[in-house]
Amino acid sequence: MNNHPRTSACLLLAGILAVGMAQTALASAADFLKKDCAQCHNLTGPAPTTLKAMWERKGPDLFYAGNKYKRDWLETWLQKPTRIRPAGMYYGNHVERGVKSDEIKTATLTVHPALSAADAKAAADALMSLRANSELIKPGEYKPGSIPMTMGEMLFDKFRGCMACHEVEPGYGGLSGPEMYTAARRLQEDYLISFMRNPQAWDPRSFMPNKNLSDVDLQKLVHYLRALSEENTK
Amino acid sequence: MKKAITRNLIVTALGLFVLGGQITVSAEETGEALYKTYCSQCHGIKGDGMGVNVRDMAVQPRDHTDRVAMSSRSDADLFKVVKEGGQAISKSVLMPAWAGAISDDEINSLVKHMRVLCQCQHGSGS
Repeated sequence: MNNHPRTSACLLLAGILAVGMAQTALASAADFLKKDCAQCHNLTGPAPTTLKAMWERKGPDLFYAGNKYKRDWLETWLQKPTRIRPAGMYYGNHVERGVKSDEIKTATLTVHPALSAADAKAAADALMSLRANSELIKPGEYKPGSIPMTMGEMLFDKFRGCMACHEVEPGYGGLSGPEMYTAARRLQEDYLISFMRNPQAWDPRSFMPNKNLSDVDLQKLVHYLRALSEENTK
Repeated sequence: MKKAITRNLIVTALGLFVLGGQITVSAEETGEALYKTYCSQCHGIKGDGMGVNVRDMAVQPRDHTDRVAMSSRSDADLFKVVKEGGQAISKSVLMPAWAGAISDDEINSLVKHMRVLCQCQHGSGS
């Protein structure tokens, strides 16, 4: 009983230290993002509103990263980055006329640097704290479910035409947009729904059209993307 | 009283502005720049329907340099297909509706650019 005040003081001190350390960690993570990521990524918003600014964008906007990405995927990917957009951020900067049709100039594509495990963890934590555009997300809007693979393919390809711009497996599909076979591993489901519902609300000069998808379609497309990502981890 | 009404009107107007909250984009983009951004991914950097996306497409995108085919379409038809998509004129779903991404004024600029690509006007093809 006599020790009680001392214990409380110790706990208080530990608490202050923990909060202080957490704040320091967050501040250094934010510094880290500013120092190493801001050259190519927009960390503060807003998204480009002119075509020229959109063409010049070097990497995805990250000021809403915490509403977009799955944290564990970020940490893994940052240590071993792979190409997500076959033709780069804006395909117009990386295509030329080939023998028959436009082809990707792979020489002009840049590679994302790989981070150490510790840096990837710090970056992922810091990125998850960037949460602009929260008003566009309805938490829990996606209701987990399933769709037969063939039905998903029909919806994505034949009925809604998404495959025109997106690959559904390595080497198959459109090339101007990001590949979709790892989309559900990378992106939060509620973000996928929100972005597909209105890409321009997130990115006014996105060259992804608003397909006027119904709520039912949006759910089914996310079911399909989840199934696709599962298939591509095997 | 008058002041209060005015203030309420201002507050309501501001509210509507925020609720209407769609991010606006800068105006004055040229037809060529718009084409390069939105259309050439499928219709190609030359506008001949051979864009970077065509490899696995079931339906070939329209060749906008095809004078005969393009002159059979009116400017209103071209505006409609850009704004409302291929299905609006019984064509492919692969051609999306660009309403929501491209303004009506910008679509008019695009139509003018398509006339530059085909070097034709409606009815001038044969």
